[in-house]
Amino acid sequence: MQSTRRSFLKGVGAGVLCLSLSQLGFDLTEAKAYAKELKIKNCRAVTSVCPFCAVCCQVIAYERDGELIATEGDPDFPINEGSLCAKGASLWSMYTNKHRPTKPMYRAPYSDKWVEKDWDWTLDRIAHLVKETRDKDLILKNEKGQTVNRLDSVFWMGTSHASNEECAAIHLAMKSLGVVSMDHQARV
Amino acid sequence: MTNHWIDIKNANCVLIMGSNCAEHHPVSMKWVLRAKDNGAKLIHVDPKFSRTSARCDVHVPLRSGSDIAFLGGMINYILENKLYQEEYVKNYTNASVVVGADYAFNDGIFSGYNAETRTYDKKAWARSKDKDGMLVTDPEWKNPRCVINLLKQHYSRYTLKNVCDVTGVPEKTILEVYNDFCATGKPDKAGTIMYALGWTQHTNGVQIIRTSAIIQLLLGNIGVAGGGINALRGEPNVQGSTDHAILYDSLPGYLPMLRAQWQTLDEYLKGCTPSKEMPNSVNWKSHNPEYMVSLLKGWFGDSATAENDFGYSWLPKLEPRGNTSYYSVIDRAYKDQMRGGFVFGVNPCQSFPNTHKVRASLDHLDWMVCGEVHNSETSDNWHRPGVDPTKIKTEVFLLPSAHRIEKEGTISNSGRWLQWFDKAVEPAGQARDFGHMLVPLMNKIRELYKNEKGVLPEPVLNIVWPKDFVAEEWTKRINGQFWKDVTIDGKTYHRGQQVPKFANLAKDGSTSSLNWIYCGSYTEEGGNKSKYRDKSQTPAQAKLGLYPKWSWCWPVNRRVLYNRASVDANGKPWNPNLPVIEWDGSKWKDGYDVIDGGGAPIGVKEKGRLPFIMCADGLGHLFGPGREDGPFPEHYEPVETPLKSHPFSKQLSSPVYLTFHSDLDKLAAPGDPKYPIVLTTYSMTEHWCGGGETRNTPNLLEAEPQLYVEMSEELAAIKGIKNGDGVIVESIRGKVEAIAMVTVRIRPFTIMGKTVHLIGMPFAFGWLTPNCGDSTNRLTTGVYDPNTTIQEDKACMVDVYKAAKLTEIA
Repeated sequence: MQSTRRSFLKGVGAGVLCLSLSQLGFDLTEAKAYAKELKIKNCRAVTSVCPFCAVCCQVIAYERDGELIATEGDPDFPINEGSLCAKGASLWSMYTNKHRPTKPMYRAPYSDKWVEKDWDWTLDRIAHLVKETRDKDLILKNEKGQTVNRLDSVFWMGTSHASNEECAAIHLAMKSLGVVSMDHQARV
Repeated sequence: MTNHWIDIKNANCVLIMGSNCAEHHPVSMKWVLRAKDNGAKLIHVDPKFSRTSARCDVHVPLRSGSDIAFLGGMINYILENKLYQEEYVKNYTNASVVVGADYAFNDGIFSGYNAETRTYDKKAWARSKDKDGMLVTDPEWKNPRCVINLLKQHYSRYTLKNVCDVTGVPEKTILEVYNDFCATGKPDKAGTIMYALGWTQHTNGVQIIRTSAIIQLLLGNIGVAGGGINALRGEPNVQGSTDHAILYDSLPGYLPMLRAQWQTLDEYLKGCTPSKEMPNSVNWKSHNPEYMVSLLKGWFGDSATAENDFGYSWLPKLEPRGNTSYYSVIDRAYKDQMRGGFVFGVNPCQSFPNTHKVRASLDHLDWMVCGEVHNSETSDNWHRPGVDPTKIKTEVFLLPSAHRIEKEGTISNSGRWLQWFDKAVEPAGQARDFGHMLVPLMNKIRELYKNEKGVLPEPVLNIVWPKDFVAEEWTKRINGQFWKDVTIDGKTYHRGQQVPKFANLAKDGSTSSLNWIYCGSYTEEGGNKSKYRDKSQTPAQAKLGLYPKWSWCWPVNRRVLYNRASVDANGKPWNPNLPVIEWDGSKWKDGYDVIDGGGAPIGVKEKGRLPFIMCADGLGHLFGPGREDGPFPEHYEPVETPLKSHPFSKQLSSPVYLTFHSDLDKLAAPGDPKYPIVLTTYSMTEHWCGGGETRNTPNLLEAEPQLYVEMSEELAAIKGIKNGDGVIVESIRGKVEAIAMVTVRIRPFTIMGKTVHLIGMPFAFGWLTPNCGDSTNRLTTGVYDPNTTIQEDKACMVDVYKAAKLTEIA
């Protein structure tokens, strides 16, 4: 297998350091133990793409036992060559911070609080709202008598955070329902 | 982008305008600086001195909203001094095309204007055609009605003095920039233009970009290495989400939107399939029927048949001029015309203009479904400061969504590269990616229509919709598949197999493709090309920085769009040192870029084809009769402006900008003394857009903790404001608290003899993050470009003064 710049540095970097320091007579036991225990040791390296700005720097995410251990720029990607900006360099803390909602949340009309709900109830309720609205509001013909099949009272906003695959699915779902008020942040 | 990130290194001159790429697309700067290392001149035109300016040879501060004056002056300079690349202009642009008798321009207004509807009838700008429908041309440029002469006439008003008066840039600096950039008009030199929202977010944003297109065509900079017009797209995947048309006005692959005047598929195809306008043009859009039928087939599968117009009649149709953009939604919601909707991965209460109206409008909804990584100012709008939740009727759902690293699929970068990303970890808690929300939701809706019936169930039930979301299944569908056995060049493809390229898409229902421009990205022969990670290159490609085997790029892996214009009539590269393609006398040589559109160079008898294959005339458009606001870009002031007049015409602001009318759509009058300061807004390196994700990332919030306003030392002295003071910025629409950042990065402008101050603010801070400030967009205007409905975030009028007390920032 061809050695990449990254694997080369990983293998050799620590060794060179040890050699020069041991010649100076330091006790290297602790340093060696640390070097052996690089935090990405035994991690699966997964290629992803930074979710900010359309330079689309590639990143490597390191996973072990289902946990995200570290992220770094992908040195092999010809555009970013391993570099990342402040946001790209913060991916790990962005993913692992505690501010994220982890369950579907529901706020009833006139309520002053969120309550947790399960996915099945949540999607059921939304499906009923969509159907009820569509059945009530779908415009089959316009004033000129032309067929328009349009659901003007429902909108879809977003998102450029979605993958191409999700975008294709969103577009199809909305067209099938008659939603034409569809837009995303190409504008903002 | 016509070109791609790495290609910037090939430029001899880089004009960065309407972008602060060092801070907002930081890694792009790697390639800008590579160009500098190669000897390129770097120019940054922007109201504020930034880290981009710091790395450029020249920084040109111009008043926000005066870009067309600056660029129009460059067009005039090119024409007056004959700095254009004559052979390129004559052969590849519509310079020689004769414009019809109805076209006129009088004191800021083009012919065809209807003052009542505030729209143009574009028929008035028709070009002359002969009896066969071909354009009339005058290659000698003697006819005063030919485009090049009209162009000269139009921009003759863009004198150095007028440009200087309106932009606030000293004549000497203007000349320096014009000289440097126009030096790329030599055939073997290339200049690139990099722009971002600093250009698009104006009521004449599209026309600013048109001005750059005119300049690049005159200088022969389109199609060549190191050239082009490079839109630095924002979010990943904003390129892809635009390609897939999460938009109101187009279909995937930039096919026109379905409209009420086209009741049948046949009418639609007739209405949007252009005929050739030059005998030797490729007119690629003549293939729209193949792409449209394949799209319908991709949507409705076996339910789409020739007999039922492939399901065309089931689909929604917009009214002829119907505009259902974001801002129409906000306006209609405010007027109780919307019942509910989905807000996924976007934060309108924070990042849309005039957010007072946005926030108030959402209170009128019956229901709203948000898909977000964090609670946002939109999901939590019902308990925003100053509002009693028990009065708000909206039923709100917050669906926790997955981050990029928690899902798989493809995105498209600004250079149109299709990049696959793998899933590293499961989404946090019960979070899901959008696909795993939408697919089961639609299945529940479909189930209801199956069991309970309902209005027009056909489109809901007949779409090809999976049980579960599997990203790569959609990657395949986007490319397109065969629906019956088809033999191509002796090879038989069976039903369900992948279509090799978009030239194989058919209009008989035998193929599908959810987006024709991506056809060729996932084939039987090549597999999923978005996963390609092979750096091998030919020597020519290595010189260009072209990696044809790393990922895949639309269309057909062509890395430089319009590359047919990079060679002369005989196929010889304008720049022999950096050929993008080359003709060997009988065919295009291998080992370069993928040739654009086929056909021979125009000098080859009968087989020669014009390079701009997406235009019906095959030419680059100096005269662009397709836009809503005129065939030539014209300087208009922002809708809110410090000026009461300008020297270019009597028409102060765009006569056709879009807006909505309500008690919350207030605008300050031109030159209103209560609001004398220009406000421009921008992003920052540490926060993303409205800040939803980055404010929730502790280290990024620590780096940029609160809302600030940058102002000049001169303005601060006048206002008695010191660096670090709490201040109020006020427009006619509202007030915003911020911390004063008094800096030399912003300087006062001298505009038409008077001092005009400009201040700048980021818009990343919102009330949901405690004490960091709240939306800057409470100040901005709800006025829009008539082509795109993009708002004028980059220029509105405000005042600034010291705050007695701060309540939003601590």
